[in-house]
Amino acid sequence: MPGRVITITSGKGGVGKTTATANLGVVLAQRGMRVAVVDADIGLRNLDVVMGLENRIIYDLVDAVEGHCRLEQALIRDKRLPELYLLPAAQTRDKSAVSEEQMCELCNDLREIVDFALVDSPAGIEQGYRNAVAPADEILVITTPEVSAVRDADRIIGLVEAEGKGPARLIINRLKPAMVQRGDMLDTQDVLDVLAVELVGVVPEDEKIIVSANQGRPAALLNGSLAGQAFHRIGGRLLGEVVPFVELKAPPSFLERLLDIFQATGGDL
Amino acid sequence: MMAEGTVTIKGTKDGLLVILNQDDWPTTLSNLKEHLVQMGTFFTGGKVMLQAGGRVLEAEELETVAGVFSTQGMTLTTVLSESAATRRAAHRLGFETERPKPQPPPRPAATMDNMVVRRTLRSGQSVHHPGSIVVIGDVNPGAEVVAGGDIIVWGHLRGVVHAGALGDNEAIVCALALAPTQLRIGNQIARPPEEEMETSQPETARVRDDQIVVEDWDR
Repeated sequence: MPGRVITITSGKGGVGKTTATANLGVVLAQRGMRVAVVDADIGLRNLDVVMGLENRIIYDLVDAVEGHCRLEQALIRDKRLPELYLLPAAQTRDKSAVSEEQMCELCNDLREIVDFALVDSPAGIEQGYRNAVAPADEILVITTPEVSAVRDADRIIGLVEAEGKGPARLIINRLKPAMVQRGDMLDTQDVLDVLAVELVGVVPEDEKIIVSANQGRPAALLNGSLAGQAFHRIGGRLLGEVVPFVELKAPPSFLERLLDIFQATGGDL
Repeated sequence: MMAEGTVTIKGTKDGLLVILNQDDWPTTLSNLKEHLVQMGTFFTGGKVMLQAGGRVLEAEELETVAGVFSTQGMTLTTVLSESAATRRAAHRLGFETERPKPQPPPRPAATMDNMVVRRTLRSGQSVHHPGSIVVIGDVNPGAEVVAGGDIIVWGHLRGVVHAGALGDNEAIVCALALAPTQLRIGNQIARPPEEEMETSQPETARVRDDQIVVEDWDR
């Protein structure tokens, strides 16, 4: 069975496309899938850094497209998971270095080798975005619960629909349960009211993501990362499993914990 | 546009506007003739508004000017002047003395095909149609609907809409949930109030006394 090409895109920059690509790659590979994560952000490559594979790059996506190497040579095997590969972007070229047709050919070749190709799209809606979306079987749109990110996600979902690639599915990233509980942040339902697409997961804000990205170790590899756990649930959903949505709650404050103890003892302290 | 001292010629949507600057009459007249000859037959069949400024023109002089235009196949219809004497003279000769008032176009909604959009309009998408537009779905923030006639949204209206975009102030906008980023009807523009007032019932927006007002659907 040929592999699935899933493009992760957002319109807006900085909402977590690269983080999501890296973590979903890890999650699917941990579940025994053969996975390639593809950095389509030519000229501004990041995925290699987040994966911690920066120093292993010899050939890149543009080399493979231009025939300077075989696709297999450009694929970097992950140092932790044997079935996870990275196809890095070229850093010294720009988005015009490859065409939509070339990306489609490349991904056709990838489909023969892997079960999943996760394509990390650049921000924006220009050539780089079109290159990333052209080969996709499925699109995951990622947004944060902010009005501006949601606006851009809406634009992307419309473009994807117009391309006949829809319906895109949605990941909400960096939700802060405490802010939602205070009414200071859009909640999941607010986002879905506008975007009206299928939700595949909600990832809470997690400082471990930043630490793990700096260390080149996706959070899904760590135990006890809330964001990592959310990516595990999303991975399950991508594999067609029915994974219940858990309600993300803010950790209780000191006072609330005290009250809980008080009530548990029946007020008999 | 030509601006060479004594005579300025501009195209407007009501025809040519010829502005006579303050100069002595024979010079003005000969410059005008020269201009018109230079332009050849370009404006043949055109209507002309003459802006005479403060200059006093007798009936005789007006007839001369009208003659100059008609030799080039143009018709003098209107004489604009700050001088009451000139206006009286023009009036006697059967010329208009005011710019034509813009005619409200016929209500297109009634006469033109309407358009039905059966999907949600997302940010960056826009629909333009000279008749009325019905959207069955939402109009999201960043989306735009521009209609010559009415706009009806069977869903949540959060984007920018312009009904009666060809100048029809009678047009209406209605939605199951009316919360537009901006709402325009004809030449009126309204923003929603800064404080949030989510109403969950259908509402209609229309122009009353040069202001856009929003009313409950069942009123």
